[in-house]
Amino acid sequence: MNDTVPTPGTAQATVYLDHAASTPMYARAVAAMTEQMTRIGNPSSLHASGRAARRVVEESREKIAQALNARPGEVVFTSGGTESDNLALKGLFWARRSADPRRTRILSTAIEHHAVLDPLHWLAEEEGAEVELLPVDELGRLKVDALREAVERDPGSVALVSVMWANNEVGTLQPIADAVQIAHAHDIPVHTDAVQAVGQVPVDFAGSGVDALTLTAHKVGGPYGVGALVVRRELELTPLLHGGGQERDVRSGTIDGPAIAGFAAAVEIAVKFQPEHAVRVSALRDNLVRRILEEVPGAMVNGDPVSSVEHRLPGNAHLKFPGCEGDSLLMLLDARGIECSTGSACSAGVPQASHVLLAMGCDDESARSSLRFSLGHTSSQADVDALVEAIGPVVERARAAGIASGFGATTKRAG
Amino acid sequence: MSGGVDSAVAAARAAEAGHDVTGIHLALSRNPKSYRTGARGCCTIEDSNDARRAADVIGIPFYVWDMSDRFHEDVVEDFMAEYAEGRTPNPCLRCNEKIKFAAVLERAMALGFDAVATGHYAQLVTGEDGLIQMHRAVDMGKDQSYVLGVLTQEQLAHSLFPLGDSRKEDVRTEAERRGLAVAKKPDSHDICFISDGDTAGWLRDKLGAGSGDIVDHSTGEVLGTHEGAFGFTIGQRKGLRIGHPTADGKPRYVLDIEPVSGTVTVGPREELTIDHITGIKPRWCGTVPTEPLHGSVQLRAHGEEHRAVVSVTGDGVEIELLEPAQGIAPGQAAVVYEGSRVVGSATITKAVRRSSVDA
Repeated sequence: MNDTVPTPGTAQATVYLDHAASTPMYARAVAAMTEQMTRIGNPSSLHASGRAARRVVEESREKIAQALNARPGEVVFTSGGTESDNLALKGLFWARRSADPRRTRILSTAIEHHAVLDPLHWLAEEEGAEVELLPVDELGRLKVDALREAVERDPGSVALVSVMWANNEVGTLQPIADAVQIAHAHDIPVHTDAVQAVGQVPVDFAGSGVDALTLTAHKVGGPYGVGALVVRRELELTPLLHGGGQERDVRSGTIDGPAIAGFAAAVEIAVKFQPEHAVRVSALRDNLVRRILEEVPGAMVNGDPVSSVEHRLPGNAHLKFPGCEGDSLLMLLDARGIECSTGSACSAGVPQASHVLLAMGCDDESARSSLRFSLGHTSSQADVDALVEAIGPVVERARAAGIASGFGATTKRAG
Repeated sequence: MSGGVDSAVAAARAAEAGHDVTGIHLALSRNPKSYRTGARGCCTIEDSNDARRAADVIGIPFYVWDMSDRFHEDVVEDFMAEYAEGRTPNPCLRCNEKIKFAAVLERAMALGFDAVATGHYAQLVTGEDGLIQMHRAVDMGKDQSYVLGVLTQEQLAHSLFPLGDSRKEDVRTEAERRGLAVAKKPDSHDICFISDGDTAGWLRDKLGAGSGDIVDHSTGEVLGTHEGAFGFTIGQRKGLRIGHPTADGKPRYVLDIEPVSGTVTVGPREELTIDHITGIKPRWCGTVPTEPLHGSVQLRAHGEEHRAVVSVTGDGVEIELLEPAQGIAPGQAAVVYEGSRVVGSATITKAVRRSSVDA
C-alpha cells in the first residue's frame, strides 16, 4: 500500500461533492479495520486474545493522540460526533453544576450543528440550563465581543462554553483561541466540535487550550459509527452511558476494536497529509467558485471570502443562487450524477432554511437558495469541470421552476 | 408518492412503461406526526419513509417536496373559510386543483418533467377530437374521477393515472409481487390534515365553538341548543339530542346551518329533497357544453349518480335533477358525467326543491 499518497478507498461512479457529509474511507483504514474484524478478542478480556485486541485499541489511541497533540489518556472513544458532543455538553454541565449549583449557564453559538444545539435545547428544557446562543457576523464567525460580554456579565454562573472549530455548512473557522482566552480567564472549560476541522485545517488539542474536542471517523476517511471526545484528564465529566466503564469510566460499552483501528489509520493519514490536502483542495475549491460565479451571473458566495485555512475550510464552497430553490438544484444535479447538499434537513426530509445562514443575516428565501459543495481527498479537477459544465443549465431550469412555484414572489412564509 | 400502495404501484407501472420516473413525496404539514394512527392521511414521517422504501424497490430517485405553505394557503385555509361561511367543502378536490395538478405539475414541468402520475383510480383516453377524456375507473368501488373533476384539459394532458384500468385487489396483489412492503397497508381516507379524524373537533379548535340554537324549520320554535355548528352536516339525523319528539313522531334532520348565528334548522326528511342545483366556478375537462347536457351528476365522493340536465349559464351552471337528491350542502362539488366520461364540475351554491316530488 502506498504510504505517501492518500489512496481513494472506493472508485467513484459519480461526481461526489458532499465530503462534509461523509468522505470515502482510505484504503489503509479499510485494511486496518478488516484485519481486526477477522480476529477474536474483547479488548476488555484478560486472556491473550483480549490483550491482543486491547493492544490494537491502545495503539490506535496513541496514534490519534499523537496526530492531535493530545495525551493518549485524553482520547475517549465514542460512537461518533453526536455522542461526543452530548457527552461533553451534558457531562460537563452536570459535573460543573454539581460542584457549584450557581453554574447553570451554557454559552455557545447560533451556528452549531444540531448535535450541539439539540443537547443544549434538552438541557434548557429538562435540566434548567440557561443557554445563550451567541451571534455571528455575516461571514458566519462568532462575535468575540458578545462572548466576552456574556462571560463577564456573571462568570461564576457559566458552566461551560462550546464553540465549533469550523462551521459545517459555510466552512467558516471560529475564533477558538479568543474563546479559550476569555473563558479560561474565569476557569470556565471550553468544548469544541471539531468534526469538520480535523484533517482539513491544523488542529492542535494541547496548543489550542480547549478542554474537550469532538471528532468523528467518517469525516476523516474512517468508518461510520466511531468517534472520540478528546478531553483533558483533570476535567470531570458525568457519564451518559453507564455500564462496564470501559472508557475511563466516563463511557461504557464494549470497545469496537475494528472501527477504532480504521479510525486511527484514517486520522493518521488525514492529519499527516493535511497541509498538502489543504493546498490541493482549496485550489480546486477556488477554481470551482470562480468558474461558477462566471457561469451564473448573480450567484454569490456565502461565508468567508478569504480562502486560507485560517479563514475557511479548504474543501468548502457555499453558494447562493437567487431565484432557485436549493432542493430543485440538488435534484437536477443529482439527476446528472453530481451530488451536493442543501444544508440541514429535518427528519421527514423536508428542507428547512438553514439556521446557520439565518444567523448570518440571510433572509429565509436566500437561505433556501443555497447549495454546499464540499471537496475532499478523492476530489479532482474533473469533478469541478463536470459541475461547472452542468451548473448553467441547471440554474436556468431551477429558476424557471422557482418562478412556477412562486419562489421569489413570497417574502413571508407561514409556520 | 404518499406512502400508500396505490401511488407505489402507479410509480412502478409508469417506470415499467419506460418513463423516466422520479418519486416525489409531498410534505403538506410543517409539523408532521411521527407515526400514523389508524388508517388515515399521508402526512406522517412514517408515510414518507414508506414512500422512500417503495421508490428504492422500484429503483427510482426519490425526493420530498415541501408544499406545506401552498397546501396551507390553498387547501387548509380555504377549508376553514368555507366552513366559516356555512359551506361543506371537499378539500381533496381543492388539493387536486391547486396542489397536485397545479403547484406540483408546474414545478415538475419547469424542472423538465412531462407529466404527473398519481395513484388515483380514473382512466384517461384520447378522443377522436384529440382531446384527453377522463373516464370513471374500471373499479367502481375505488373510482376517484369525482375528486379529479376539477382538472382542465391542460392539466389532463400532463397527467397519468396508471391504475385506472385495475381493480384494487389486483393492485395489492401486484404490489406484493413487486416486493413493495406497502402492499397490505390500509387505505387512507378522511381528511389528511386532520390526523385524528375528528373534523368537528378540529373545526371547533380552529374556528371557535359556534354554539347556537336548534330551530324547527316550520314553526321557528327553539327545540334545543348545541355546542358547535361544525358538529352538524346537512341531512344529519343522529346526535341532535333534542329532548322532545315531533308531533307526528317523524325523525328530524338537519336542513340548514347558519354559521354566523350558529342556528341549526331541523325538519322532516322530505325537506331535504332537492331537484335543482345552482353551481359556480365551473371547471371543464374539455369543451364547454353549449347545449343543455343530458347526463348525470355526482354530488359527493363515492355518492350515487343522479340523472340530470346541465345548462351553462354565464359563469355558472344550472342543474335539473331528474332523480332528486337529499342532504346536499352548499360548498360540495357537483361533478358532471356523460356516461362514464367526466365533463366538468362546479361548486354548489344553492340546492332547492322546485317540483313537488315526494322523497
